This record gives sequence, C-alpha cells and structure tokens, in this order.
Amino acid sequence: MDILLQQIINGLTTGSVYAVVALGYTMVYGVIQLINFAHGEVVMIGAMVAFSIITSLAGSGMPPLAIVLAGVMAAIPACMAIGYLLERAAYRPLRHAPRLAPLITAIGMSIILQHAALLIWGRNPLAFPQIIENPSFSIGGAAISAVQITIILLSFTMMAGLSWFVYRTRFGIAIRATAENVHVASLMGINANRVIAATFVIGAALGAVAGVMYGSYYGIAHYTMGFTLGLKAFSAAVLGGIGNIAGAMLGGLLLGLVEALGTGYIGDFSDLCRWPGAESWMGERCADGANFVLFGSNYQDVFAFLMLILVLVFRPSGLLGERVSERA
Amino acid sequence: MGMLKDMSHREKFGLALIAIALIALPFVLASAGTAWVRIMNFAVLFVLLSLGLNIVVGFAGLLDLGYVAFYAVGAYVYALLASPHFGLHLPFWVILPIGAAVACIAGVILGAPTLRLRGDYLAIVTLGFGEIVRIFMNNLSNPVNITNGPKGINRIDSFQVGPINFAGSDTIAGLVFSGPIKYYYFLMLVLLAVIVINRRLQDSRIGRAWVAIREDEVAAKATGLNTRNIKLLAFAMGASFGGIAGGMFAAMQTFVSPESFVLNESIMILAMVVLGGMGNIWGVIAGAVLLSFVPELLRYTVEPVQMALFGKLLVDPEVLRMLVFGLALVLTMRFRPAGLWPETRHRREMNEDRA
Repeated sequence: MDILLQQIINGLTTGSVYAVVALGYTMVYGVIQLINFAHGEVVMIGAMVAFSIITSLAGSGMPPLAIVLAGVMAAIPACMAIGYLLERAAYRPLRHAPRLAPLITAIGMSIILQHAALLIWGRNPLAFPQIIENPSFSIGGAAISAVQITIILLSFTMMAGLSWFVYRTRFGIAIRATAENVHVASLMGINANRVIAATFVIGAALGAVAGVMYGSYYGIAHYTMGFTLGLKAFSAAVLGGIGNIAGAMLGGLLLGLVEALGTGYIGDFSDLCRWPGAESWMGERCADGANFVLFGSNYQDVFAFLMLILVLVFRPSGLLGERVSERA
Repeated sequence: MGMLKDMSHREKFGLALIAIALIALPFVLASAGTAWVRIMNFAVLFVLLSLGLNIVVGFAGLLDLGYVAFYAVGAYVYALLASPHFGLHLPFWVILPIGAAVACIAGVILGAPTLRLRGDYLAIVTLGFGEIVRIFMNNLSNPVNITNGPKGINRIDSFQVGPINFAGSDTIAGLVFSGPIKYYYFLMLVLLAVIVINRRLQDSRIGRAWVAIREDEVAAKATGLNTRNIKLLAFAMGASFGGIAGGMFAAMQTFVSPESFVLNESIMILAMVVLGGMGNIWGVIAGAVLLSFVPELLRYTVEPVQMALFGKLLVDPEVLRMLVFGLALVLTMRFRPAGLWPETRHRREMNEDRA
C-alpha cells in the first residue's frame, strides 16, 4: 500500500470538511469582523440532528440513501435556525458595543449550545449507523472509500455553488458590498441586517452538511466534536486569509493535507533511532531495531494549531488575505 | 500603603471588621465540617485566578481563553519538583516562583507572535494553546515519562514551614488548625499581596497604559506607547499569577491530572471576571466568590428537587453549572456589559455607542 498517496487521500477528505466549515467562519468575519466561536457547535448540532433522524429511520424499510438524505435535510434547517437565532439574539444587539463584548457572548453561546447538546444527546459518543455499504476502491496502491469520494465531491460542489452565489448573483454582490463597507452599502439600498443574517444562515447550512460528513466519515458524533473541528476550521480560514472565500477553501484543503501527512510521518521523523548517528548517542536503546519515538500520531490535533501560530508569525494576512492588524 | 491613609475612620472600622470576620471564618466553617473549609479554599483560589485573568482581560482588554493552561503549567511544575515522581522534594517557596517564571515564559512565547495582531486572534490562539497544553500533559509519558499521562501525578508534597506541615493538624492555644485551615490563612496572605499588587499596578503608569490600549489602541500608539510590549507585560503578568495559583492547587490537592485543566475551567474563570466587572478588583472578587459557590448551591438544591420530583437525577448539576456560566457570559454582555460591580471608567466605555 502506498502510504504517501493514502495520506493525501485522507487529508483531502478531512481537508474538504475543514474547508466547508471554514467558509462559515470566513463569511461572517468578512461581513462583520466577528469570530463566531459558536460555529463549531452549530456543525456539531448538524451531526447530532442527522444522527437522530438516521437512527430513528434505520429500521423503517426506507431505502438507505433516502434515510441519509432525510438526515441531511433535517440537519440543514435546524442549523440554519440556530445560526439565525445566534445572530439575532446574541450578536445583533452587540453590533456597536466594544469588540470584546461580542467575543465574550460568542464563547458563552458556544458553551450553552455544547451543554444543551449534552443534555439532549448524552455524554457518550454516538456511533453513526452503517446503513449504506461503503465499498473501497484501489487507486495507485491506495484505497479510497465511497464515503471519501462523496465527501470530496460534495464539498467541491458546495464550494462551487457558494462561489457562484457570492460572485454571480445580486444577493452575492450585496454580501460583498456589505463586507467592503457596511455604511456605504446601506446607503446604496442594501439591507445590511438581512445580509448579515444571511451570512450566518448560509454558513450554518454549509456547517450542517459538514457535520454530517464529518460524523459519517469517522462514524461518530459527540457533543464536544464541534470544539476541535471549529478550532481547526478557524485555523484553515486564517491560513487562507480570513474573510476571503477562496482562501478558506484553499486553507481547509492545505490544513487537511498537512495534518494527514504530519500525523502519518511524525512518528518516523521523531524516532531518535532513525536519526543519523543514532547508534553513538542512543547506544543500547536502539539495539535490535527498537524505536524511540518522541511524538506519535496522538499529537494529531497539534498540527492545526502550530500552523495557525506559524501563519500568524510569518504571514498574518494568510495566503490570499488582506492585512489583519488593528483597524483605526 | 497609601490606601489606608486616604480612609475615613468609618472605613477603617469597616475594614477591621471584615478582617476579623475573615480571620474567624475558617473556624466557623470548620464547625460545619472541614469540607466547607476546603470549598472556601477553592473559592479563594478562584479569586486569585480571576484577579490574574483580570489583569489581561479587565485592565488590558485582551481576551485570554486558555488561561487555565498557565494554571496547569504552575501545577505541573510544582508536582514535578515536589513529589516522588522524579524523587525531587524542593520547598514550596522555591517552587512557586519557578512555576510563576515558567508560566510567564510560556505567556511571552505565546503572546509575542499574536499580540501585534487584532484581539480576536489572541482569543483563538489562547484557546488552542489551552488544548495543546492538555494534549502534551496527556501524552508526555512516552517514551520518557515526564507527566505520567492521563493518570496524573500523585503524592505531591504539602507545604512545609519550619516544623509545621500543612498536611496534618496542629493544636495551638487550644485551637485546632487543620490542614485546610492552614492553607486558608496562607491563601489569604497571598490574596492580600495580590490585591495590593493589583491596586498598585492599576494606579501606575503601566496600569494607565493598559487602560489607554483597551480604550483605543491606535490612539495609545499615537501617544508613543509601545503597545505590543505593554500588552505582552499584561499577558505575562496574568500568566505568572496563574502559575502561582497552579502551584498552590497542586499542593492543596496533592494530586494533579490533565482532567483538572480543561477548557471549561478557563470559561469559568472568564465568567467570574466578566460577571463581577472587568477591571474592577472588588467586582472580580465578588464575581469569583459568587460563581465559586454555584456548584455547591446546585448540589444542595437541584439534586434534591429532582430526586423528589422524578426519583432520579435527570439533569446533571455539572451540566447546569456550565449552562449557568454560559448564560452569565451572554446575559452580562447583553444587559450589564461592564459587570455587576463595574469600574467607573469601564462602565462609561462599555456603554458608549449603545442606543
């Protein structure tokens, strides 16, 4: 089996999910310069709702594909509603408050959503039922599963759809105008409140699908899953240049690849016994092909964060973004 | 202390009454059970943590969501230097400064790249940092066992001052000083020192610079302040306070594990600062005490009520506790953005621009 190609395939899969979640962060940020901390939790609730629908329909005799579709179709409006409520009840009243206020509200909403999910779905990880067969195909010595293909294709379709929407429709122009300057956009007859609410709702809808994809890829949904996923997707958005839609897609895919390759190879790279001249200073400990691995694959979640720090140090505007220092 | 000179006789009298009450408090609590003294001690520990975070969030206006990481660093430094794990048993007055220094260095390393950017980045980077520290605590047990992984480190030394060990009881002049009571007095001394330092900082050039940055960073920069270094100072100072509190936590518990340093703890400390009133020392203290007793309150109300109504526990008090903290953050920002006991200047600032 070709490990490099395999890691690239896995990285593209998780990367597409990160990209779709990152779009939610970046759109909201682009329009009102707010990090919507609760976005990760919206994604988690998408996965949870889909889980409930899928498990309750699993024995009903409906065709499996229809069941999964029903799960997704239930998750999308649920998340859209939460996204709208978040904007309306928590962020809109604070739009002109000092910037610390909406940030603190966002973190509070995130905690509330997380623990509400804990109350509804319980503390234990929920296993997504395997109702559709998931055959694997082999390409060039690596395996790619049907779920992986679906996730990658679906993500790219959604990204293309969003790009079309933002760059080719009247409402897309309104979004971009609001992102450029809220006041001037309002003077041009754009209903800024509607545009801002729309970015939350669109981001949440994408997040719902991302949540279902993430859940079915790992086979598990858990009330804390939104936290790490959100952190990674945010890192992806920063990597691509926050506020920039193409950047979020690029950042997500890159982050997925870096994470998969990093996790795949960190064990080999940090194995002191494989370092040149190891025999002289490691001595006995490396005898008979023994290993001395400093960092194993359990450090997977560290990569996104390291990447975030590196980007902030060397290119804070991200790959495709504009400057991010304090605005006057 | 300049504070005392400015006070009227009545204020001095009130202060003396509070001091006497605080000195007598542990014995009153002990009569209801030593557990209550422990609960009080943890409340004081959270007051210390809140005052540390208040420097970062309240004074300088920087949102630090991974504050518990510095607390963890302090706790693990103490655990590693005073337990059988490495066979080291340094005295606490050596370790606490080391813990503060290590936490401070961690703060500088984390703050330096992020503090020249917008405030939101600091929030998310500190959030990530908190997770990373936890991942390392969980995994640095292999191939060299440093942190002992998820099992944590136990049999940590208690404080020892001369012949007095904080683990056991001593009877002095007919009064029984149990371990928790001794820690209580030690915590109170530290708290007094921290309050004095905070007051002095607030009225100093640095304190005014923090406020200037919090209110308008661009204007502060224009007046010639080196905003990045001053922000870094706030961040590092908050981190070292966290480190000291962590050391005391390790000694009081005699056990540390990564479980104690999860994100929810950071949120809890943040909620204390925000609810009490960012930037106002007395408000923060009140907020910390208030929220510290929420778990106890829930335990004695929600649990029996549920048992009486449903015959079983439907909603875990732990979950309710986090919901309370989340709501505290959201509702405070919405209806009383400067906190329950706001600082005068901050109240003006947090209320401006609002219709």
